[in-house]
Amino acid sequence: MELLQLLFSGIANGCIYGLVALGFVLIYKSSEGVNFAQGDMMMLGAFIALGLGNSAQMGLPFGIAIIGAMIIMYGVGWGVERVFVRQLFGQPQFALVILTIAMGFIFRFIAGSIWGYTPLVFETPFSGMNWNFGGVILSAADLITILVTAVLTLALWFFFARTKTGLAAQAASQNQMAAYIVGVPVIRLNSLIWGLSGVVATVAGVLYATKGAIDPNIGLLGIKAFAAAVIGGMGSLPGALLGGLLIGIIEPIAGRYAPGELAQMSPYIIMLIVLITRPGGLFSQIHAKKV
Amino acid sequence: MSLLVAKDIAIHFGGVKAVDGVSFSVEEGEVFAIIGPNGAGKSTIFNLISRIYPLTHGKISFDGKDITRLKAHDIAQLGIARTFQNIELFDHSTVLQNMLMGRHTHSRTSFVENILFTPKVRQQERDHRKRVEEMIEFLELEAYRNKMIAGLPYGVRKVVEIGRALAIGPKMILLDEPASGLSVEESQEVAFWIEDMRRDMGLTVLMVEHDMGLVSAVADRVLAVANGRMLAEGTAAEVQADPHVQAAYLGTAPAGEPA
Repeated sequence: MELLQLLFSGIANGCIYGLVALGFVLIYKSSEGVNFAQGDMMMLGAFIALGLGNSAQMGLPFGIAIIGAMIIMYGVGWGVERVFVRQLFGQPQFALVILTIAMGFIFRFIAGSIWGYTPLVFETPFSGMNWNFGGVILSAADLITILVTAVLTLALWFFFARTKTGLAAQAASQNQMAAYIVGVPVIRLNSLIWGLSGVVATVAGVLYATKGAIDPNIGLLGIKAFAAAVIGGMGSLPGALLGGLLIGIIEPIAGRYAPGELAQMSPYIIMLIVLITRPGGLFSQIHAKKV
Repeated sequence: MSLLVAKDIAIHFGGVKAVDGVSFSVEEGEVFAIIGPNGAGKSTIFNLISRIYPLTHGKISFDGKDITRLKAHDIAQLGIARTFQNIELFDHSTVLQNMLMGRHTHSRTSFVENILFTPKVRQQERDHRKRVEEMIEFLELEAYRNKMIAGLPYGVRKVVEIGRALAIGPKMILLDEPASGLSVEESQEVAFWIEDMRRDMGLTVLMVEHDMGLVSAVADRVLAVANGRMLAEGTAAEVQADPHVQAAYLGTAPAGEPA
């Protein structure tokens, strides 16, 4: 029974790691670099939703606040690509790493100066609601997290598998030069992908905020999500999600049954094991080079 | 009327004049070859036409339209397709998927229609598939249809790239060293395909090639370049006999001219 409880809340946490990891992978595939501000984009998205929705702030209805935050964060992601990332085209990957680390600091500073550093609670229509199923407590926040993640994953799958724009994005991620010559506007698509990863980050941030208070430093969760993305293989969207779920599930179980601070280390231990045994990640798309 | 006109085109990378004032025109239905030693600027000319590099100077027009300022992704829609010297394919996709990607600019359905997978979308997919199957048959790629590019031999990948270019449904195809790395039989097959492209598909072919056997067999006209400049233009035999061309290949300057 206790295990079941840990499993359930683990899956809900894992969904959030998975969504942030998804953002890492989206950008890794389009810009061929890691966006270390992904966690901070999640934080900023959560704060914008809180700022729009909380009664003490703008007091907009819950749904409108969330949609508004998603639209604003689409703009933030799109703008970051448009103004900064595009200039780094053809530069070493390291340039993007430094840029995004700096951006992360800026986002934290912006959120801190608007909303302060004391934890704030996002008001939701379902805060505090939960159900007891024979000893296992299911909170509404956890259930909604799992549901929303499933819906968003399905929507992304549809986008990438079925729509012309999604297929073009996949093509550009495999070979930009080839994508250009079949008529794919690669640079324009990169802006769209950055916007999309802003939206995914916002959804993750809002879901995170439904479970507890938020402050400008929650973006550090991004490091764990990065481990999840690496476990999944960095280039694979389902891999990122499953990597997130794996970390989410193992963390509370290690916290309960393993000694000391092992739970804190568990995501990184798993990442190291995966890197040693399957260097390309669990869902590796890298094939051995033929010589 | 000339299909492609390049007028005094140039690109300078810092002080390096990779292409420096080259002019030529390609007639409709013609097979036109560009030859020259390594580093002569042949592939750079292709990259200028397909708008991957910006021109420092000059003008390119295609089908009577100035394309000098267009973006690289606009070129396919005009009817210019190309292959690359180092093969640029979608490596984690199948042969079929790569060739279907060539149909990208021909998609006429909306975002919502795509998501709903309406009958119109299904019909369009069938049309694209039919078109691609014709190319698969033409290039004899049936055995590889559902194979991943990453695992295919070099020669097959080269042919797939030609297939994807043809799937675009172009007026003109740019082939960057189509015979390099191929066996004698494979390169003869390429010669037949180029003939068929011109005769049966009505295509104009612009190619860069080192294999003079292939060039002599298929090209109507040949342009020789070296160090970013034009050396000679004419039939394959004329160009090969030109003293400037021979000097460029052998590394000596003809008498009375600076090296």
